[in-house]
Amino acid sequence: MSVINDTKAILVGMWTTWKHIFGPSVTVQYPEEKRIPSPRYRARIVLTRDPDGGERCVACYLCSAACPVDCISMQSAEQENGRRYALWFRINFSRCIFCGLCAEACPTMAIQMTPDYEICNRDIMNLLYEKEDLLIDGCGKAPDYNFYHHAGIGVTQPRGAGDEERPPVDVRSLLP
Amino acid sequence: MTIDLIDIALVAGKIGLIFLVILGLAAYLVLAERKLLAYIQERLGPNRAGPWGMLQPLADGIKLITKEDVKPAGADKWLFYLAPAMAAIPAIMIFAVIPFGPPITLFGREVGQQVVDINVGLLFFIAFSSIAVYGVALGGWASNSKYALLGSIRGLAQLISYEITMGLSLVPVVMLARSFQLSEIVAAQQSCWFIVYQPLAFIIFLISIFAECKRIPFDLPEAEGELVAGFHTEYSGLRFGLFFVGEYINVIVLGGLAATFFLGGWHGPLLPPVVWFLIKVLAFAFLFIWVRGTLPRLRYDQLMHFGWKVLTPLALVNILATGWFIVLKG
Repeated sequence: MSVINDTKAILVGMWTTWKHIFGPSVTVQYPEEKRIPSPRYRARIVLTRDPDGGERCVACYLCSAACPVDCISMQSAEQENGRRYALWFRINFSRCIFCGLCAEACPTMAIQMTPDYEICNRDIMNLLYEKEDLLIDGCGKAPDYNFYHHAGIGVTQPRGAGDEERPPVDVRSLLP
Repeated sequence: MTIDLIDIALVAGKIGLIFLVILGLAAYLVLAERKLLAYIQERLGPNRAGPWGMLQPLADGIKLITKEDVKPAGADKWLFYLAPAMAAIPAIMIFAVIPFGPPITLFGREVGQQVVDINVGLLFFIAFSSIAVYGVALGGWASNSKYALLGSIRGLAQLISYEITMGLSLVPVVMLARSFQLSEIVAAQQSCWFIVYQPLAFIIFLISIFAECKRIPFDLPEAEGELVAGFHTEYSGLRFGLFFVGEYINVIVLGGLAATFFLGGWHGPLLPPVVWFLIKVLAFAFLFIWVRGTLPRLRYDQLMHFGWKVLTPLALVNILATGWFIVLKG
């Protein structure tokens, strides 16, 4: 009997909604209650430093190239010892879509995403973050990583001093 | 019959009191509906304006009053301006015949707890509920908008589908009470509510009043998602508010009528009659909101099919059965 089935269906539906009236609500009332995002949440972008305190960024432009909305721009420069750095580094957070591609592209782990999502602002110009706004004092998600311990040979350290390198061999000592 | 000042004052007082109470109830019904729907959907609902959102109706009212009153180009001016009133006024007029308590003695005279106790109260209700649909029809037609027009066409089609069943479902009530007078109908239910004798008529009437106040699952004239907002698409500000409040007044009034016809009106043990009446009305309002949170909208043809091919024959059979029962009983 379709009448009985239909009536039953309506009553089952009514019972379901009845139960939900007394169930807990899933609303997070934002300004008062704040949801704690997961550690790998992708929000405000930072520039980290290596364990020695130096800037990690070598101004390679890979993040800028990877950015799908072109919100990262910078100017590279070189220190006297040949170490590259960003003269200025700018992220336009009014364009950023927080996709994380810049952080994935970064070879030195300099640019990283943080879970800080509260960067909204009344003035759009305040969303233009310069290098001093972006740089933090810590190492972010890679606390031990120092790019120059693996690469940058001949620039910041003598040849053969990297972590995965052996010192150069004096070829003459190999002679029979 | 002499009419003196006290009589006039009493009637005016009753009218004023009912007006205030119904408008207040309608305003808070909006809040209750938003809250309940939110709870059904595991949200919180409005809770910013005042504790538990209690000032939300006030905030809504201020918002509606201060909004611009837009009239679309090419709209039929007078009909456009009149339609909201034509939707809201009949709804509140119906409440004039609903008794919400037994007659009491005030200033040495007997005062009925209803505005007028006319002897064709039931017909008055049916007539005015039919007039209310003019607000929908003319509002949609005067708007000069295809969505509004489609909404009002649906409103009319809906009217002819449910109005007949609603009338037919009330015939057994009249047969049992042997009166069209609502106070007599309530008095006839002193020992046993009519829902016991007439469960089928009650269900038919319930379905019909869902269609009458244009709520889910029969909110075809509004049908947000299909027709923007249906017949009141082009309305803004206080005129929209009038349509909106009219809908909630309708909920209260029809809840009161359902209580009067089938649940014994103000009869009930222990509590005072007015409180019983209020409880029944609010129970119906709760049912309306609950159903809105549960059921989907019916299609145009489904409503027509349901009204004409299912409810009308059932109501007719029910009348026959009731008549047979009354004759056999003597």
